[in-house]
Amino acid sequence: MSTIIITNFFPVLISAVFVGGVAGYLGSLMLSKKMTIVVDPLSHLALPGVALALIFGKDVSLGAFLFLFFGAILIWVLEQKTKLPIETIIAILFSISLAITFLFLSEHEIEEALVGDISKIGKIGSLITILISLFVLFLVRKIYPKLTLISISEDLAKAEKIDLKKYQFLYLLSISAIVALGVKFVGGLLVAGLTALPAASAKNLSKSLKVFKILSPFFGVLAALIGIFLFRITNFPAGPLMIISGFLIFLISIIFKKG
Amino acid sequence: METILKVENLNVKLGNELIIYNLSFEVKRGEVLTVLGPNGAGKTVLLKTLLGVFPFEGKIEWKKGVKIGYVPQRVPFVKDFPISIEEFFKLKTKNENEIKEALELVGFDKDFLKKNLGEVSSGQYQRILVAWALIGNPDVLLFDEPTTGIDIAGEETIYQLLERLKKEKKLTIILVTHDLSVVFKFSDYVICLNKCPICQGGAKEVINPEILSKLYGQEIKFYEHHHNH
Repeated sequence: MSTIIITNFFPVLISAVFVGGVAGYLGSLMLSKKMTIVVDPLSHLALPGVALALIFGKDVSLGAFLFLFFGAILIWVLEQKTKLPIETIIAILFSISLAITFLFLSEHEIEEALVGDISKIGKIGSLITILISLFVLFLVRKIYPKLTLISISEDLAKAEKIDLKKYQFLYLLSISAIVALGVKFVGGLLVAGLTALPAASAKNLSKSLKVFKILSPFFGVLAALIGIFLFRITNFPAGPLMIISGFLIFLISIIFKKG
Repeated sequence: METILKVENLNVKLGNELIIYNLSFEVKRGEVLTVLGPNGAGKTVLLKTLLGVFPFEGKIEWKKGVKIGYVPQRVPFVKDFPISIEEFFKLKTKNENEIKEALELVGFDKDFLKKNLGEVSSGQYQRILVAWALIGNPDVLLFDEPTTGIDIAGEETIYQLLERLKKEKKLTIILVTHDLSVVFKFSDYVICLNKCPICQGGAKEVINPEILSKLYGQEIKFYEHHHNH
């Protein structure tokens, strides 16, 4: 197993950098409570998708994406149709995801589903990861100003005749794609940290959108780099190391937080 | 004068609750319409319905091609959002001259643009939202609860500002308030709203103690209740 990792080390490193960076960029749009509330449980839906993919021997990202995409629509519909508090919907979706995961998988597969396994990512996998990340990056760049306005105030956005549903849908689609790629690196349980940690760190150090928009993906890239290198040195699983790196950056950002 | 907005038999229902019931009025160009009422009376809902945010029954007819600026009551996330005032304006227009002009109209110079949106006082913040609404040269300004009493002595109040904008920009203004002095000093036409319209007309003609206790108080309701038996 270790030889596979070494031959594919650089493709894996580069794809981790792309996923980390784009996840950080997407995370910078997640500042409003409503966005966070929808996206966080969404990433937990990656778990049953990964579980099913492992059972049928398919790519975990594909399984995760299908579950995330339909999960996004499900949350969207539930949020609009039911009078249930969104927290209740989250609890329901999260527990059923975990139940399905634990029911069908062997111990090793559970570990892979929960914290990821980068040894499974080959050269072609890396290339596809990079291409999808780039696509999401350009899509999000295009819709960033309008999404920012929606994040700040839905009322102001509606007064500008912005089609909220369209932009929120595109955002959920982007998040689904990046989270689906992220599960390969950090697994279904930790993947929320890929978007949340860089954005939180960047917010601590930013007064303007310009700085925030640069710092957030930068911290995502940095966490991925540090995590993968730590993995190379220590041989501990790469996923938790990437998330811990992101957390260390967050701690440092608190020290330098601007008044 | 030409009619800029015509509302007929407006009913707004959110969920199962009827928020606005059977409201009709007209606004002519250059007029100031105030909507007066207690909290929960449906004032904000009325503004948002006029903007096209909520579904409704009845008729809302804006004059063709009319441009609307909206000043919301509060924008909850802005205070801790890492965004400068300039960046906030650039979400609406790329035209820097237009941004400068809008800021000058509300009394700020261009140095103000570099400030963080979270750093400004609530009075300044309200002016920024007014300037934001003025981008794009609206014909009508919808203003939700301008707050009074936060302006520093010597500066013009938000109402003096609106008065000036109305003259300089020939604006039609629809504003929601619970401040009676505003209604008397500033408006041409008033609607007293508590779910259904309680009075409508010129402020001096329609507002009297009886209408006000009907609008705000409980006493008159008890009295009527008693009377009916």
